[in-house]
Amino acid sequence: MADESYPDELLYHPEHDWARVEGDEATLGITWYAQDALGEVVFFDPPDVGTDVTKDQPYAEIESVKAVSEVYAPLSGEVTEVNQAVDDSPETINEDPYGKGWLAKLKLLEPSEADGLMDAAAYRKLLEEND
Amino acid sequence: MTRYTSATDADRREMLARIGASTVDELFAELPAEVRLDREVGLAPAMAETEVYDVLARLASRNAHAEDELCFIGAGMYDHYVPALVDAITQRSEFLTPYTPYQPEVSQGHLQAMFEFQTAMSELTGLPVSNASLYEGPSSVAAAGYLAAGVTGRRRFVCSRGLHPHSREALATYSEGYGTEIAEVGLDGGVTDPAGLAEALDGDTAAVFLQTPNFLGAIEDVATLAVRAKDAGALVVVSVDPMTLGVLRPPGELGADIALGEGQPLGGRLDFGGPSFGFFCGTDEHLRRMPGRIAGETTDVEGRRGYVLALQTREQHIRRERATHNICTSQALNALGGIVYLSWLGKQGLVELGELLAQRTAYARDRLSAIEGVGLIHSAPVVREFGLRLAVPVAEVLDRCAAEGIAAGYPLGRDYPEHEDGLLVAITERRTRGDIDRLAGALGRAVADSRTPKPRTPEVVRS
Amino acid sequence: MSDHSITETPMQKDRAVTIFERSRPGRRAATLPPVDVPERPLDELIPAHLRRERPAELPEVSEPEIVRHYNRISRRNYDLDTGLYPLGSCTMKHNPRLNERVAGLPGHARLHPAQDPKRAQGALELMWLLGEALAELCGLPHVSLQPSAGAHGELAGLLLTRAYHADRGERRTTVLTPDTAHGTNPASVTMAGYQLVKVATDERGGVDVADLRSKVTDEIACMMLTNPNTLGLFDENITEIASVVHEAGGTLYYDGANLNAIMGHSRPGDMGFDIVHVNLHKSFSQPHGGGGPGSGPIAVSDRIEPYLPVPRVARRDPGNGSSPIYDLDHERPKSIGRLRGFQGNFGVFVRAYAYILSLGGDGLAEASETAVLNANYLLARLREGRAAKYLPPAFERRCMHEFVLSGRPAKRELEVTTLDIAKRLLDFGFHPPTIYFPLLVEESMMVEPTETETRESLGAFADAIEEILAEAERDPELLKQAPYSTPVRRLDETAAARRPVVRQALGA
Repeated sequence: MADESYPDELLYHPEHDWARVEGDEATLGITWYAQDALGEVVFFDPPDVGTDVTKDQPYAEIESVKAVSEVYAPLSGEVTEVNQAVDDSPETINEDPYGKGWLAKLKLLEPSEADGLMDAAAYRKLLEEND
Repeated sequence: MTRYTSATDADRREMLARIGASTVDELFAELPAEVRLDREVGLAPAMAETEVYDVLARLASRNAHAEDELCFIGAGMYDHYVPALVDAITQRSEFLTPYTPYQPEVSQGHLQAMFEFQTAMSELTGLPVSNASLYEGPSSVAAAGYLAAGVTGRRRFVCSRGLHPHSREALATYSEGYGTEIAEVGLDGGVTDPAGLAEALDGDTAAVFLQTPNFLGAIEDVATLAVRAKDAGALVVVSVDPMTLGVLRPPGELGADIALGEGQPLGGRLDFGGPSFGFFCGTDEHLRRMPGRIAGETTDVEGRRGYVLALQTREQHIRRERATHNICTSQALNALGGIVYLSWLGKQGLVELGELLAQRTAYARDRLSAIEGVGLIHSAPVVREFGLRLAVPVAEVLDRCAAEGIAAGYPLGRDYPEHEDGLLVAITERRTRGDIDRLAGALGRAVADSRTPKPRTPEVVRS
Repeated sequence: MSDHSITETPMQKDRAVTIFERSRPGRRAATLPPVDVPERPLDELIPAHLRRERPAELPEVSEPEIVRHYNRISRRNYDLDTGLYPLGSCTMKHNPRLNERVAGLPGHARLHPAQDPKRAQGALELMWLLGEALAELCGLPHVSLQPSAGAHGELAGLLLTRAYHADRGERRTTVLTPDTAHGTNPASVTMAGYQLVKVATDERGGVDVADLRSKVTDEIACMMLTNPNTLGLFDENITEIASVVHEAGGTLYYDGANLNAIMGHSRPGDMGFDIVHVNLHKSFSQPHGGGGPGSGPIAVSDRIEPYLPVPRVARRDPGNGSSPIYDLDHERPKSIGRLRGFQGNFGVFVRAYAYILSLGGDGLAEASETAVLNANYLLARLREGRAAKYLPPAFERRCMHEFVLSGRPAKRELEVTTLDIAKRLLDFGFHPPTIYFPLLVEESMMVEPTETETRESLGAFADAIEEILAEAERDPELLKQAPYSTPVRRLDETAAARRPVVRQALGA
C-alpha cells in the first residue's frame, strides 16, 4: 500500500477526490484517505466514454469487499478516457492512487470550476478536522 | 418456566440483582402505557408435547396425500422419490441450525455445499454462473425481470403463455414496483407462437420469458425463439424443469442469458408447496447483477482452500437501496438437499431418469388419449407432463378418480380458460406402469360415468 | 508465518475436497426403476435437435461416499445446537425437534399444493389457525402467509401500500426508513419503485422526531420501522411517529425481526402499524438452515386487507353443527396478485404452529420476557470488567432483547477492531454476534442471546469477552491473527471478490 500523501500539484474535493488540471482537460481519482477508508479495492465500475459528468455528483462506483463507495466528480465535463488497467488490477487504486490508479479523464465544461477546489494544505486541514 | 427456557426463580433473582432491577416488569418500563397489552394473550395455554403431536397428526390425517393415493398432479411440483440420505444429511444439527455464513471460518460446511450446488446447477443449465438459491420458481422469474430491467434500462417484458401461471402472475405483481409492462405471447399447437413473439418484440423489450417444458408439458424450440429476442436486444430468460435436463438440451446451449426454475423436484418434498428453492443461473456478463448469495472459492492465510460469500457488494446488507435484489434469507437447507440429491442421482442417473420419464410419459399419453372421451390438448413432444382434453366436466372426473384413490391431475380451466376441458397429467419415477394402467382404468370409468347419468359414488370423506 | 501459529488441528489438515473431486467414472448411488413400458426410440419421443448431447458433469460417487462427504463437511460448521449463537436481530433460539417430527408426517409432507382443497382441509385449517394466532400476536386482523421471508414480506408491504394509494387516486413517491434500518428495507423500497428517504436517529437511539417531521411530505407513501429497533431499544415516541406518518397519509410498516422482545407485552397493531411482517424463522423457532428456508407472513389492518395477495385461506361455517369448511379464495379483485407459487412455505407453517401450541399464549409472553431478561443480564455482565472500558454499550439505556456495543475504545486504545474480537471469539468456541451493523455505531457489535440460553451460557460468553480483552491489552497481534483453531483461518475475501471463482471447473 502507498504511504499517506497529498501531492501539492493536485486539487481536492471534500468527498475525497482529486483532479489534475491541464488546460481544459483533467485527470480524476480518489485520495489516499479515500482508498484507506475503503480498504482493499476489488472492483471499479467506470462511466462510459462520452458520458457527461457534473461537479459534486457521483460518476462511478468503487467497491471493496465490504463496502461500495460513490466517486464524486470534482469538476464537470465529458469523459474522454477511463482507466482500463484498473479493471484487471483494482489494487492499483490502493497502491498508486495518484498515478497508475487514476480513474477517468475529462474534457472540462467549465475550467473555472477548479477555483472552487481545495489545495493540498486545505484538504489536509479538512482531514484533521474530521478526525 | 416455559418450554425451552431455563430461568428458575433463583436464576431470575440472581440475574435481576446483577441488572439492578427488582422485577422483570421493570425491564419493560420504557414501553408507553398506551402500547402495553393489558390483558393475557388470546391464545390457548401451553400444551404438552404429546398433545401438540396429536393436534398436528389429526390435521395431517385430514389431507389426501401421496402416501395414501396415487398422485398424478404436477404443475411445477412433482411427487418424486426423495432418497433417505437427503433427510439424514439435512436433518444434521450442523446443517439445520446455523444461519447465513457471515463468519466463514466456522461455516465451511454450508459454504462448500453452496459452491457444490452452484457447480451442479451451472452444469445442469449450461450457464457458467449460479447463485446459491432464491425462494422458489415463480419469484425467481420475477427476479430475472428485475435484473433485465436494470441491465437494459428497458421497460417491457414479453412473456410466453406457456410460462407457469404463478410465474406470470408473480412477474406481474413485481412489475407494479419495477414500473414494467408485460405483453403475453399466445401458444399455437401447445408451444409459443413464433409469429406472435416476433410481433410482440420491440426496442423497449428488456427480456423475453420462456419455459421449457412449458406449463402444458410441451418442449419449446428455445433456440429459434432466442435468436429473435436477441435481435431485438432483449435478454432471454428460460424457466426450466431441472428433472428434464438429463435429456433436454440445456438453456445455456440454446441462447439463454438466464436459466432458472423450481428446484423442488431435486430432493424436495411436496410439503403443500414449500419450502423448496429457486435456482438462478446466468452468464459471466451478468455476474455482478445476480441476485442472492453466491459462494466463492479462495484460500486462507495459510494457503488452505476455503469458501466465502462472494461479491457481497451486490447484496442488500451492503448495497442497500441499490442492491441487485432485497433477498436475505433464502432456501439454503433446501438447496443442500438439492446438491445431495444430484450427487445421489449422479451423471448417469439424471440421464436415465429423464429417459424413464419420457418412456412412461409416452406410454401414459398414448393409453389415456385412447380412452373414449379423452383427447390431447397438443401433440408437441413432451418429457414428463401432458395435457388431456375431456369430453365431460373435469371436476367431476377428478372427484370420481379421487374416490378410487387417485389424484388424476391438475385442472387447467382456471388458469387457461381456453382449456376449460383440460387436465394436466404428470409422471414421476414413482408412477409405475401399473399405476398408469390404474389411472387409465379409473379415468375411463370416470368419463363414462359422467356421460351416462348414474347415482354418484359417495365421496370418501376423511375426518 | 506469524509467531502465533499453532500446529495444525486435524480438521485444518483435512483439506477441502469437493464432491466432484471424489467422482470416479462409473460410480453411482441411485438405482432407478427399470423401464416397465414398451420402449420406443428416444428420437421418436424427443427430436434430436432438442436433446442433450453431453451429460451434465454431475458427481459419480457411491452412497456411502456421499454420506461421508456431507457428514465430514457438516462438522466444519458451528451450529446453534452446539453452542451460543448470539446474532443480533436473527433470534437464534432453540429449534425444537418436535417441529421436525410433525412437519414430516406424510399428511403434511406428501401433500401436493394443487390438491383439491376439499381434500386438503387439514392443511388449510392449519394455515387458518396459524393466521389467527399471528393476528392475535400482532394486533392486526388480516393475515397472508404467502411471503417466503422477511424481505419478501417487506416487498409485499410496499406493494400493498402502492395498491392502497393508487386505489385512492394518490400518487406517492417516497418511503422513509431510519438510518438504522436493516439493508432489506431500503432494498425493498427500490424494488417497489419508491425513492428512499432516511430519517436520523436521536441521542436516545430512537427516531429523531424533529427530523422525521421535517422530512414528511405528501409524497411519502410509507414509513418502515422496527420496534424495538436494531439498536435493541424501544422507541417510546412510537405513538407520535405513527400519527405523524398517518396524518401525512402514509402507511406504517413494521419489520418483525425484533418481535421476540414484545410478544404478549405489546403489539405492533396497537402501536399504530398498518402492515407487519413476522419472521417465522426468528421468533417462531423455524431452524435457520444455514440461510433459509424461512417464512415472512404479513398481518394488516382493515384498510389494507383488500389488497392482500391471492390466494387467501377462507373459512365457511355451514352452521347446523357441521365443521367449518376451508378453501383457497382466488377471487379478490383488488389483490396485488401473487408473490410466488402456491401458498407459501407450508412446511414452515407446520413447525411454527407446533411451536405456538407448545408455548401457548402464556409461554410466548414468557419467552419474550426471558429474552429481554437474558439480554439485560448479559449486558450487565459485560458492563463489569474490561468490556465496560473497551466495548461499552452504544446507548446508556435499558436494552430489550438485544443490545449494541461499540468497539471504538478498543480500536483506539488497543488497536484491535470488533472484527478481531469476533475472530478470537471463534477460538473460544462461540459464534460471534453480528458485527458492523447497524452502521450508525462505530465498530458495532449487536448481541441477541435469546430466551433459550441458560444463565451459565451467558456468563461463559461474558467471561470469554473479558479474557479476550485482557489478551488484547497484552498482545493485540494475538487477536489480529485469530482464529487459530477453526477448520480454516482467516480467508482472503479480497481475492475472492477480485477474481471470483463461483463454481468448480470440470473437464470437457
